Amino acid sequence: MKFICLGYLDEAQWNELAEAEQAALMESCFAYDDELRRGGHFIGGEALQSVQNAATLRYQHGQVTVTDGPYAETKEHLGGILILEARDLNHAIQLMSQHPGVRSGPFEIRPVDEAINAQIAARIKSFQRG
Amino acid sequence: MAETTVAQIRQLVEALYRTESRRVFATLIRLLGNFDLAEEALHDAFAAASAQWPQEGVPANPRAWLVSTGRFKAIDTLRRRTRFDHSLAELASKLDTEANALDIADDSQVEDDRLRLIFTCCHPALPPEAQIALTLREICGLTTEEIASAFLVAPSTLAQRIVRAKAKIRDAGIPYQVPSKADLPDRLETVLQVIYLVFNEGYAASSGSSLTRANLSEEAIRLGRLLMELLPDTEVVGLLALMLLQESRRTARTSPTGDLILLEDQDRSLWHAVYMAEGRALVQQVLAAGRVGAYTVQAAIAAVHAAAPSTAETAWDQIVAWYDLLTQLNPSPVVELNRAVAIAMRDGPAVGLQLIDDILAQGDLANYHLAHAARADLCRRLGQVAAAKDAYQQALMLTKQDPERRFLEKRLRELSQET
Repeated sequence: MKFICLGYLDEAQWNELAEAEQAALMESCFAYDDELRRGGHFIGGEALQSVQNAATLRYQHGQVTVTDGPYAETKEHLGGILILEARDLNHAIQLMSQHPGVRSGPFEIRPVDEAINAQIAARIKSFQRG
Repeated sequence: MAETTVAQIRQLVEALYRTESRRVFATLIRLLGNFDLAEEALHDAFAAASAQWPQEGVPANPRAWLVSTGRFKAIDTLRRRTRFDHSLAELASKLDTEANALDIADDSQVEDDRLRLIFTCCHPALPPEAQIALTLREICGLTTEEIASAFLVAPSTLAQRIVRAKAKIRDAGIPYQVPSKADLPDRLETVLQVIYLVFNEGYAASSGSSLTRANLSEEAIRLGRLLMELLPDTEVVGLLALMLLQESRRTARTSPTGDLILLEDQDRSLWHAVYMAEGRALVQQVLAAGRVGAYTVQAAIAAVHAAAPSTAETAWDQIVAWYDLLTQLNPSPVVELNRAVAIAMRDGPAVGLQLIDDILAQGDLANYHLAHAARADLCRRLGQVAAAKDAYQQALMLTKQDPERRFLEKRLRELSQET
């Protein structure tokens, strides 16, 4: 089964860290990603820029409005995603519990919706044919 | 190596996963002393088999290879992860020194490992719902998502149940062992309860996603067979016989539209002959051995039903005698109620009604829908239409399951037409 792991981060806290500390934390996360790769669990991942660079669109009163910044004012924001292959949710939980990233902020583990993904795949196929 | 051989080896590894992964897992838990580490090691061992066997050939004893590979992979993993967690270094070297002392390919230990796993998953310190979840995931190899869907709960709820249970096993230091002779009867009783709960979850509910629930009964029967192989106690055999005999009536007990069909109205040609024969033979085997427990007696009752061509030709005197024994072994108002129904079949509805009224007067079953349904049925047989209607109404108010509601409503309609 495929899971998307959403990694959250308190940016203010992160920015207070010295550059060397940041680098060490990143390095430990990368090293654990290698552990996941070794077991065939790491399918992919993307790191996100600061939430300060986010633009949020909303549909209100019949039109789209744009605001800068995140859609919700929270202490922790999405910092990156990791795509994980695991046998089931408990296996995913077990693998991600050991990820050093969890010490900097929570992970939200979400199973991918294979039914909708199948629709998307069919759509891509017909688009390529057309 | 040729493509076909690579494909063949992949198939072999997949087949081995289905037949051997639970055994390998059980042994790895003993060797590594930790569920999570064992699960990862199991995964790594099978991944290594897929990668190495096409080049190196299939080992003579694949299971032993998987166990020892899993174990060494776990030690490697712990060593590498020492950089994230220094406490792992100690564990890694401890496991490494043990390696030489242990004969990990020792097959005689393997069956004991499976028994250890069963007793650990069904440890009385864990709540029953956690025992069930762990048993199905770790022993039967079902995924969290499959178990959640069978029990109609969210996967995340079930996942948390499993995480908590494993934490409890770790923190409370629940040992990975078969209980001592003195503790065995009590501990086995818990294991049998877990298996029977799984079975009933699949058997009782004929609404909702009935397909996945039927699979739960199959899993329970499979567990019963495994346990009988590992620990052939009389009650283990009795429970397996009981499950087989109940399961043999599955097709006959509901109509194609999902309505409930009572034993007396079932088409007995639909009873599953193979399950029934096996169940009856097991009952004979246990009774011949002489020591009977509550599961065996229930199986014996089911076997009497199984032997009868119709309700009228059922040996009700035997069934009453078994219920007499069951009230001694396992006294409960529900057993008394079933005994009253059997007596009604033997001695007539008036005698049964008196007994049921006495039981209801004790109060324990006042809110038990089947007590009122049984009373209603006897009143109906005695021609006491008004009393029968009242009792069916009572039962209807108390039941939650759709097929049972439909059955009671049908009986009420029939009574209204008669008057």
